[in-house]
Amino acid sequence: MKTIHLFKIIPVAVFLVLLYSCKKEIKQDGSSTQTSSEVALQSKSGQAFIEDDGSTPNVLQIAIGSPDHTTLVAAVQAAGLENVLVNAGPLMVFAPTNAAFDALPAGTLEELLKPENKQKLASILKHHVTAGNYDKSFLKNFKKLGQADDTNTTVEVKGDDVYVGGAKILGSVKAGNGIVHVVDKVILPQSN
Amino acid sequence: MKTCKFQLLSLFGALMLLTSCGNNNGKNKSSGALNSSNAEKVYVAPGEHDEFYAFLSGGYSGNVTVYGLPSGRMFKEIPVFSQFPTSGYGYSEETKPMLETSHGFVPWDDSHHPEISLTNGELDGRWLFINGNNTPRIARISLTTFETEEIIEVPNSAGNHSSSFLTENSEYVVAGTRFSVPIPQRDMPINEYKGNFQGALSFISVDPEHGHMDIKFQIIMPGFNYDLSHPGRGKSHGWFFFTTYNTEEANSLQEVFASQNDKDFIAAINWKKVEEYVNNGGGTKVPAKYAHNVYDESTHTATSTMKKEVLTVNPLDVPGAVFFLPTPKSPHGCDVDPTGNYIIGNGKLSADLTVHSFDNMIDAIEGEKFDGEAYGIPILKFEDVLAGTVKSGGLGPLHTEFDGKGNAYTTFFITSEVVKWKLGTWEVIDRKPTYYSVGHLMIPGGNSRKPFGKYLVALNKITKDRYLPVGPEMEHSAQLYDISGEKMELLSDFPTHGEPHYAAGIPAELLAPKAKKIYRLDENKHPYAVTSPDQARVERKGNEVHIYMSTIRSHFTPDNIEGVKVGDKVYFHITNHEQDFDVPHGFAMIGQNSSELLIMPGQTKSSLWEPKQVGVWPFYCTDFCSALHQEMQGYVRVSPAKSNIELSWSLGGD
Repeated sequence: MKTIHLFKIIPVAVFLVLLYSCKKEIKQDGSSTQTSSEVALQSKSGQAFIEDDGSTPNVLQIAIGSPDHTTLVAAVQAAGLENVLVNAGPLMVFAPTNAAFDALPAGTLEELLKPENKQKLASILKHHVTAGNYDKSFLKNFKKLGQADDTNTTVEVKGDDVYVGGAKILGSVKAGNGIVHVVDKVILPQSN
Repeated sequence: MKTCKFQLLSLFGALMLLTSCGNNNGKNKSSGALNSSNAEKVYVAPGEHDEFYAFLSGGYSGNVTVYGLPSGRMFKEIPVFSQFPTSGYGYSEETKPMLETSHGFVPWDDSHHPEISLTNGELDGRWLFINGNNTPRIARISLTTFETEEIIEVPNSAGNHSSSFLTENSEYVVAGTRFSVPIPQRDMPINEYKGNFQGALSFISVDPEHGHMDIKFQIIMPGFNYDLSHPGRGKSHGWFFFTTYNTEEANSLQEVFASQNDKDFIAAINWKKVEEYVNNGGGTKVPAKYAHNVYDESTHTATSTMKKEVLTVNPLDVPGAVFFLPTPKSPHGCDVDPTGNYIIGNGKLSADLTVHSFDNMIDAIEGEKFDGEAYGIPILKFEDVLAGTVKSGGLGPLHTEFDGKGNAYTTFFITSEVVKWKLGTWEVIDRKPTYYSVGHLMIPGGNSRKPFGKYLVALNKITKDRYLPVGPEMEHSAQLYDISGEKMELLSDFPTHGEPHYAAGIPAELLAPKAKKIYRLDENKHPYAVTSPDQARVERKGNEVHIYMSTIRSHFTPDNIEGVKVGDKVYFHITNHEQDFDVPHGFAMIGQNSSELLIMPGQTKSSLWEPKQVGVWPFYCTDFCSALHQEMQGYVRVSPAKSNIELSWSLGGD
């Protein structure tokens, strides 16, 4: 019943989006442009699914709105982490681009997206989240960061660039509940 | 299967775009709606009573609110640390002394952790204690009058957060400092914090008969932040446990620099040992200035006394009394299970819960298996004291309560959920979402030897869309769960007042029968009371005018007063002669720079008015007391400062 409803409305949805174009443009440091949209799901509840077109988009909404992060968003969905990313936080998310996921060894992502690997996927994604809100230049103060998966990652400065767990920060977007740093690599937890 | 999944994801994307600007409000009905059996579980029929009282701290309201469970109905707001114009608390002459401190009159505080008095580790329902966080104070509330009876200031403390928790027989109410500070306070550079600032843990004795508080001793600890605490119970009675963070002793940008160590400590304090030490003359009396404010029910009047010194104890002077238990990731909650064996530290930047064992701790202490020391205090080995780790999968664990059936319930702030897990096996049994970002949780008696494990209240920090929007500020939401079964069940959702940090619950049958209904007029010892209307009078002492007034449905005696002059200080001392449950009278004077008074049956309250303008000024009863409430009024004639009009007063005269 729900599915039928859903299939029926998709063409309408696309049309509505084109017609009203209510996406928001967010510019940060002139370096990156992200789009965001509000999020709602019929079958889910929680903070991720509140309709609010007045507040600054949160880290999840920013990721969802970015065409360069469709793989990350799909992974967040598969791991069921949406509500984690909309919390009061503050949350600092290192968001690997689609290209970063593509660079993983063949088959890695497909393996992680299997339902039986949900916990493992969630751990890896949480390794991209810090409870904090620091811009790129402030991050230079750190040698390491404690990540949400309970492990640490490194911070290195090379010239003007900041690398977190070996991944370079390409650009940053401030969020309502923290900050998203776009990175060029998937950050894998160091084995303890 | 995989393809199908990706298709669904793209559909999801499209759906998101659809709803991005729509008003499609048909969301999450399946999970949010109450089914009829849940509605029955929270329904208290008109005229019926709730099964439990719940006392919720008001946070930045400074007060305590009283709710019923399971209905979620609010019965009363008890003024504690904040002026309360509704009753005149903190405005009336009798209650102004309650808010005196060493900093002068402080009309507000940030109330945090209510705790019901205990006997043998079980709720006894005599008093409720609560801490003021900002200007460190501990208040005691009577659970017969439901009014604040006593407030004691805590010196050498700042951010009175690991408070106000009680030892097993309410021997002590304990107050630990969040901020370490220079002790004694002095002018010094902030960047010399490390090694110079210290943290005081105060043990405030509670008189078993009257509940009166007195600071017995303060243990002066290293300059960490002391976050939360709970007493040992059963076999661990005699100990107290405090979580610490900022063992780095950072003094700036704590969000970074207080999170550098992988482990901070739970401080375990053998307070019986320290008590014995001070009873034998140990400790050092040091100068300190702190207010002790006591309300006397027979005179209906509070008095404030400024204390001059406090007894401090250096933990190194009492060997075997203080130990540190390493605990990961800036632990916040510090909770002790009903048996007293498990001490749970919730690392707020962690995903896991750390559970220490009291038995292991004693073994490690007896075996002197130490892993170094901090400022001379022995550190036990983490592996030696650890009982287990709860791998919850949640993020941001804060607080744990117990159901008395071997289960524990922990809140997770970041993942907005309550997780039920089993003591001893550490397995997760159930998890339920909260709405949203839950802080404390409360099970009636859930942090005592005898929990009443039927309901759990989740106290959330963020409300967002749970209720009809009322602008940017929303009251915080609470959710009620039925925890009588294997799985938790969300029953209802209700708004709370202020910022409820924590709550205390107790079966209604333990309190309701002894709730006071009236104050007996023949026991009223207020110096300005009039116990019969013929004592009503007006007296002048220089520029002070004292009006001895009584009230009964539906008039003031006297009602008309003349001879008051501009520049006078006019005190209305009003005694309510009603002896009937729930018939207060109110009093309000036009232009008075104060609040109304609400005077309970048999009570006397006083209000100061300083008239500035010549004229005939009315006052009236603010409480709709009777069918003739609108007739309950009077006038004061105010004459010029130099007038010769004699004082006179009347009721029903010409």
